[in-house]
Amino acid sequence: MRRGWFLPIAASLGFAFLYAPIVSLVIFSFNESKLVTVWSGFSTKWYGELFSDPQLLGAAWLSLQIAAISASIALVLGTLAAVALVRFRRFKGRTLFSGMVSAPLVMPDVITGLALLLLFVAMESTLGWPQGRGMLTIVIAHATFCTAYVCVVVQSRLSDFDRSLEEAAMDLGASPLRTFFDITLPIIAPALVSGWLLGFTLSLDDLVIASFVSGPGSSTLPMVIFSKVKLGVSPDVNALATIIIAIVALGVLIATILQLRARPKKARG
Amino acid sequence: MAKKPPLAIDTRPWRDPKAKPFVRIRNVTKKFGDVSAVHDVSLDIYKSELFCLLGGSGSGKSTLLRMLAGFETPTSGTIEIDGQDMTQVAPYNRPVNMMFQSYALFPHMNVEQNIAYGLKRDGLPRAEIAARVAELLALVKLQDYGARKPHQLSGGQRQRVALARALAKRPKLLLLDEPLGALDKKLREETQFELVKIQETLGVTFIVVTHDQEEAMSLATRIGVMNQGEIAMIGEPTDIYEFPNSKFVANFIGSANMVEGVVTEDEPDHVRIRSAELGCDIHVGHGVDCAPDQLLWWAIRPEKLHLSRDKPAGIHGANVTHGMVEDIGYLGDMSVYQVLLDSGMRLRVTQTNTVRGNPDAITWDEQVYVTWGDTSGSVLTV
Repeated sequence: MRRGWFLPIAASLGFAFLYAPIVSLVIFSFNESKLVTVWSGFSTKWYGELFSDPQLLGAAWLSLQIAAISASIALVLGTLAAVALVRFRRFKGRTLFSGMVSAPLVMPDVITGLALLLLFVAMESTLGWPQGRGMLTIVIAHATFCTAYVCVVVQSRLSDFDRSLEEAAMDLGASPLRTFFDITLPIIAPALVSGWLLGFTLSLDDLVIASFVSGPGSSTLPMVIFSKVKLGVSPDVNALATIIIAIVALGVLIATILQLRARPKKARG
Repeated sequence: MAKKPPLAIDTRPWRDPKAKPFVRIRNVTKKFGDVSAVHDVSLDIYKSELFCLLGGSGSGKSTLLRMLAGFETPTSGTIEIDGQDMTQVAPYNRPVNMMFQSYALFPHMNVEQNIAYGLKRDGLPRAEIAARVAELLALVKLQDYGARKPHQLSGGQRQRVALARALAKRPKLLLLDEPLGALDKKLREETQFELVKIQETLGVTFIVVTHDQEEAMSLATRIGVMNQGEIAMIGEPTDIYEFPNSKFVANFIGSANMVEGVVTEDEPDHVRIRSAELGCDIHVGHGVDCAPDQLLWWAIRPEKLHLSRDKPAGIHGANVTHGMVEDIGYLGDMSVYQVLLDSGMRLRVTQTNTVRGNPDAITWDEQVYVTWGDTSGSVLTV
């Protein structure tokens, strides 16, 4: 068959549409000029500038901490929810539960953020906890929506898990706990890793919800960048964005590889 | 291919009323919600038997097997294995291993690790585990495959790994759930033979669940036919085929022509049954537990019927009926004739093709007589 010119061109246009902005951002992070839109030569000075800016670095560190903690909480909660949904086929309120678990996936961030803010304020005035808003409240907020993503990822892995594998292990003398660590965990591990990475990336990325539930002195990286951009884009933000893109791309790549590695074994039959 | 028919009574312990069963299932019932998957089943299985549980889907055979393995707990009744009550014992504490229908090989472990898994749980020393794994790999002829992962094996090889893994702990009782179900026909026949050989060599008691009656007939020492959660009949393969105890068993195993009839003569040495469906009387050459005028059923296997162009003598003016050949199915070794009787009923008759390309064979639309011996059929009251 003759290879047409249409498909390659369509594909390149598609990629350009998706990635041109990112590529230009990466290129301009190596711009020498202080003006973001004018190219005046290659330089890495904005990377140097970035690493001497305590505000940006502090925000980045805070964001990474929040992302790691909330992804870990979400991993535990999301896995438990997935186990409940896959393993217990019938319990009271199952449909409601499965709907509610995935609701945060479709809920606009503005509403989630506002709702959480109202809840935190109400809790503080009635229970006295959490005191003020800061890292803790952001972690709680991020864990809630990341739980939904983890749950979906783990659920799909668990539902094509052959229960007779666990039965076989028990039949061969392994206690249920032993079976979980020897058989279940290794088999669903790829889903757990990709669930965690997904949660980590989503948390790192979030601006809207964090803006609602953060307090003074606890601005996450996206919040700092956003406020800086409002005063005019400074080139060191480009540098930071490039670094974040690299981290996120790496995370997504690892998650994809893990998912792919788990699949084809089954497909080959 | 099947086990050599045992001759003495001591190799057929189920015929000896004093023999002690190895597995005792007593009045076991299993309910899921309101539905009884297994209903009041009692069954004795003896040491070194190869017992087949045969039934269609939903007959409860798999549930019964899972109760023996410990994955399900009976709603009522008891299960004893080797003299010990196992009803409430967890699967990981039973001297029983199971070979799963899906094989359930651990995908993240290689063949050796799969086989060694149960031995490691027992805390055996490393050297002994290695020796035992090598021995098992030799038993299933997979010596060169120890380092492979399950997804790198063919279906037949996986089946053998699953068998080796289930045998690794030298269980007293091995449960096999449709062990040959996932193999193609040729491979199934070979594997069947190997399975019997391994069972004989090791002397392990096998309980096999299957829906394939040919498999059950050729493997088993005895067969338990299950229907709707109950045991319909227990017996040696020949008993099940030649002397079915009910209409269900007669129809389920092989194929049978079944007619309704009324008892006209009930003597200790013979019984005469009038069947309007068949268009003649049936003379049965042995006594039957029945009463005159009783309505009952008579079943006969297609290969027990004979076709002829000339009217045969019959027995006491019975056991001969007349019809026309409506259809012939040529299967090579034999031909299946469908005969439309004068009464309107259709009989299935098989004739062995003993003469090569026989030009004189009975053919389509011929008028034929159908006859049978006086002990060829089974009289059924349920």
